[in-house]
Amino acid sequence: MKIYNAKLIIPGLLIFVVMVTFPIWYNKGSAAPPPEPSLNTPAIQRMAEKQCVLPKDQMRTDHMQLLNEWRTEVVRNGNRLYVAWDGKEYNMSLQNECMRCHSNKSEFCDTCHVYAGLKSGSQPYCWTCHIAPKENK
Amino acid sequence: MESNRRSFLKIGGICALGLGALPVTKALARKALPQVSDFPEALKANQWAMVVDMKKCWEQADRDCKDCILACHQYHNVPDIGTIKEEIKWLWQESYHDTFHDQATKFNIANIEHNPIMVLCNHCTSPPCVRVCPTKATFKDKKSGIVKMDYHRCIGCRFCMAGCPYGARSFNFRDPIPYIKTELNMAYPARERGVVEKCSFCTERLARGLFPACVEACRHGALTFGDITDADSPVRKLLAENYSIKRRPELGTGPNVYYII
Ligand code: HEC
Ligand code: HEC
Ligand code: HEC
Repeated sequence: MKIYNAKLIIPGLLIFVVMVTFPIWYNKGSAAPPPEPSLNTPAIQRMAEKQCVLPKDQMRTDHMQLLNEWRTEVVRNGNRLYVAWDGKEYNMSLQNECMRCHSNKSEFCDTCHVYAGLKSGSQPYCWTCHIAPKENK
Repeated sequence: MESNRRSFLKIGGICALGLGALPVTKALARKALPQVSDFPEALKANQWAMVVDMKKCWEQADRDCKDCILACHQYHNVPDIGTIKEEIKWLWQESYHDTFHDQATKFNIANIEHNPIMVLCNHCTSPPCVRVCPTKATFKDKKSGIVKMDYHRCIGCRFCMAGCPYGARSFNFRDPIPYIKTELNMAYPARERGVVEKCSFCTERLARGLFPACVEACRHGALTFGDITDADSPVRKLLAENYSIKRRPELGTGPNVYYII
């Protein structure tokens, strides 16, 4: 078999294959480690039973829905008190409740959100208005 | 199965019973957690209203007193941009002629001409800003009568600013956070560029059993707050004893801020 212009075609094919598979091998070995959100805050350390608003698994997947519900209840329906599934009471507030316990935003919320690649700056847009807790960086 | 009148009525009766049981099951279901409600200490009213007694305000010796404005703007993280065009204001001073230009005559008692009047959102009974808002970001809260803002929904079209005859709304032309010159209140959010803001009658304080920040801050008792639908409330008592005026009543917006002058 004879290939016309093999001198050009074979290197061309090689370059093509390399470029097409570039995304596969470029990230090899450098996959970002899964995030480890830190629970090491004064408020959580003081808790006898380490428990979030919902069970942990649910919190991990549904916290944005919960925040959305809280927001609707507070802003539109004028309710501010939330009695959780386990009977505990929470003030439905992002700044005053979530962040009271999770006062380490950069090591908690942000680690996951950066990993998940949420939007530019990898943050939900809430913090353009809501004031994040001061952290001693 | 052959159906006759008798069996039809039986089935109908059972169905009616089932419908009757619906409220019972609903009542049982409502017990299920999670639940949402008000805080038990929340202050409630059908229509919150304010009486501003400018006489008391003017009588006091310290004419530069701005306690109410400072308290409000500090509490709500209101920025001080520094130009009139971009000014953000929830509670501010206006001249008599600008406040009551429809009622002002050429000849007034000297006292009124050069004294400022405290103005804020009137939390109207039929608010024009709510009528024009295309996203329902501003709305009349049925529980309290407060004209509220849902900053999450505001798209910054500024129809409400055109609709409001009192100039009670301010637009954030730029990111306000660097211009917050008072100490930041970590318990209340700020706003961002591109949203409209205004007085909230301190909804978040009422929910915690506290009166508005301005009412609490005034040392001279010039601001009175209460339920206008309750004949025993402090606002109604003041209105029963004093002649009061409202801003631009002819427009039919039904302001809920009253002035004693
Ligand atoms: C009373 C303190 C407290 C409050 C308030 C609180 N959390 Fe938590 N949160 C915790 C604790 C403790 C855990 C760890 C739970 C566990 O390990 O079972 C946790 C876990 C989580 C997790 C899962 C983390 C993971 O590793 O998967 C998320 C997400 C989360 N919280 C978000 C929120 C949000 C959003 C809010 C506000 C709606 C909030 N939390 C309010 C204490 C709190
Ligand atoms: C266990 C990891 C994890 C932690 C911890 C976590 N988040 Fe998230 N969060 C996510 C993921 C993943 C998404 C994106 C889900 C999606 O895009 O469907 C998300 C989405 C959100 C959203 C919706 C964002 C948007 O743009 O729609 C909000 C709001 C949010 N998180 C708030 C918080 C807050 C506040 C905290 C800290 C108290 C927090 N999250 C902690 C994983 C986490
Ligand atoms: C344009 C500015 C702005 C943005 C952006 C914003 N918020 Fe808010 N939010 C506010 C303001 C102002 C309030 C206060 C309402 C009140 O307390 O009367 C509030 C109230 C809330 C509340 C209830 C009361 C409280 O203290 O937290 C929740 C929950 C909430 N926001 C969640 C969110 C979440 C989640 C996001 C991001 C997805 C977000 N907000 C983005 C301005 C904003």
